[in-house]
Amino acid sequence: MEKKKEVYGSVPSQKKHRISNKITNFFISIYGIFQFIKRFFKEAWRPPYEVSEIIKQCYNVGYRSLALISLTGFIIGIVFTKQSRPSLASFGATSWLPSLIGIAVIRALAPLITALIAAGKIGSNIGAELGSMKVTEQIDAMEVSATNPFKFLAVSRILATTLMLPLLSFYTAFIAMIGSFFNVHANESTSFTAFFKDAFIQISFLDLNASIIKALVFGFTIGVTGCYKGFNATKGTEGVGRAANEAVVVSMFLVFIEEMLIVQVVNYLRGM
Amino acid sequence: MNKEEDIIIAINDVEKSFNGISVLNGITINIHKGENVAILGRSGSGKSVLIKIIAGLLLPDKGSVHVLGMEVNTLNARELQQLRLKIGFSFQSSALYDSMTVKENLQFPLIRNKRHLTGKEVNEAINNVLESIGLLDTLHKMPAELSGGQRKRIGIARTLILNPEIMLYDEPTSGLDPITCVEINHLIKHVQEQYNTTSIIITHDLTCAKTTADNIAIIADGKFVSQGKFNEVFHTADKRVKGFYDYNFITMK
Ligand SMILES: Nc1ncnc2c1ncn2[C@@H]1O[C@H](COP(=O)(O)OP(=O)(O)OP(=O)(O)O)[C@@H](O)[C@H]1O
Ligand SMILES: [Mg+2]
Repeated sequence: MEKKKEVYGSVPSQKKHRISNKITNFFISIYGIFQFIKRFFKEAWRPPYEVSEIIKQCYNVGYRSLALISLTGFIIGIVFTKQSRPSLASFGATSWLPSLIGIAVIRALAPLITALIAAGKIGSNIGAELGSMKVTEQIDAMEVSATNPFKFLAVSRILATTLMLPLLSFYTAFIAMIGSFFNVHANESTSFTAFFKDAFIQISFLDLNASIIKALVFGFTIGVTGCYKGFNATKGTEGVGRAANEAVVVSMFLVFIEEMLIVQVVNYLRGM
Repeated sequence: MNKEEDIIIAINDVEKSFNGISVLNGITINIHKGENVAILGRSGSGKSVLIKIIAGLLLPDKGSVHVLGMEVNTLNARELQQLRLKIGFSFQSSALYDSMTVKENLQFPLIRNKRHLTGKEVNEAINNVLESIGLLDTLHKMPAELSGGQRKRIGIARTLILNPEIMLYDEPTSGLDPITCVEINHLIKHVQEQYNTTSIIITHDLTCAKTTADNIAIIADGKFVSQGKFNEVFHTADKRVKGFYDYNFITMK
């Protein structure tokens, strides 16, 4: 078992309940996740490609998070605009609102917020689904029926989250801008075209690329973490809950770290 | 029948422990082509672990397992996949795919491993196998809508659908009513006779062991303590063996 389990990047279980052990376990899962990523890159290229499964998972990812993302994006657009207005107004610069919002949303908010929502909705879902498949031996059943479960279940989900997060974060950005437009239009009676022209004028090619790369990285992280936690769920229904929960916590943590690193790199590039 | 070259499954001195607790401790058995072997043993004696080792789902700590002449734990992924196509594994827990209907569960191994089949052939195979377990009416149900016994039978059907050379049944009749038990026993026997399948049947049910198996092996303390024909095995004096017999017929006395 020990040796077999390695293929999913798992590591020997530790005694639980102590803080030092919790921290150790955390780093063990980071190590396990790296092993998992290695396996992903090894297997993703090899045929057969699970095209229909990937499409199904892409649909799931979009479908599950769309409502929440729409609502959150819209509210963030409005609230952010409302909150920014007083400080800009004190300089008499409320006309800068569209471009300020444009920069904030596209550079920073949209990918991050989309990733956090996806971690909560999709990451936990993947963790729970694969976790329950693991503890009820469905993954073993797949393996003995000569289907590679890593490929069928994990690779397809990881590809789906990676491909869908950029799309979803563009969608978030768009909805947030719409929300912001409503507020700006109501207060400053800016026209639709003027608003969007102002909003995008400050956005550089670098910003756009950085956003896409961020979203790709976040999506990959969420997919990998969810699958890793699911595949390594331990026996029992309690393990399923834990897998879902840890998938969310670990992927949110990683998303923040990656956000920080990517911002550093992008700011360095911007300065060149 | 018992020639050397006929050996389909050869297990030699297999040991397995979990977290330092020994479960299997020197298992040795040879199973020949077309033979049905029933493995009996108390709960927790490592029966499920043993057949998982045979299917390559678990690795033994020590010893060797040869299936169809190949040593299971030295195969690479592709070879293992080829071998598994010839092995049917029906899980104790049924392990049906929750997110798929009965039909999708049954066609999953078919459409993924026999890509040349037409839709009509797939449907035919599904109908045949469902008919043989008497569950045609469940075709479009989800596993959650089935009873435990129905799930069990669908699980068996899902492994039979590929016509494997080797069948590993993990407690095929547990949790079934006596009438369905008899049907499943007939099915196991029928599969053996029609396709010359080699099977391992894990069971607590002596009727099942007696009607389906040519040979019986009793596992205790991580070893086979008795092997042979049904009557031979249960005429030995070993208490661990006797216990089984007494329990199964206690209600008749
Ligand atoms: N993956 C595992 N990790 C740790 N221990 C395990 C694992 N699988 C099985 N065991 C242990 O091995 C022992 C044998 O388990 P196994 O499932 O083979 O029993 P069994 O003979 O099939 O019993 P039953 O008749 O109840 O199904 C048990 O004590 C169990 O706790
Ligand atoms: Mg068992």
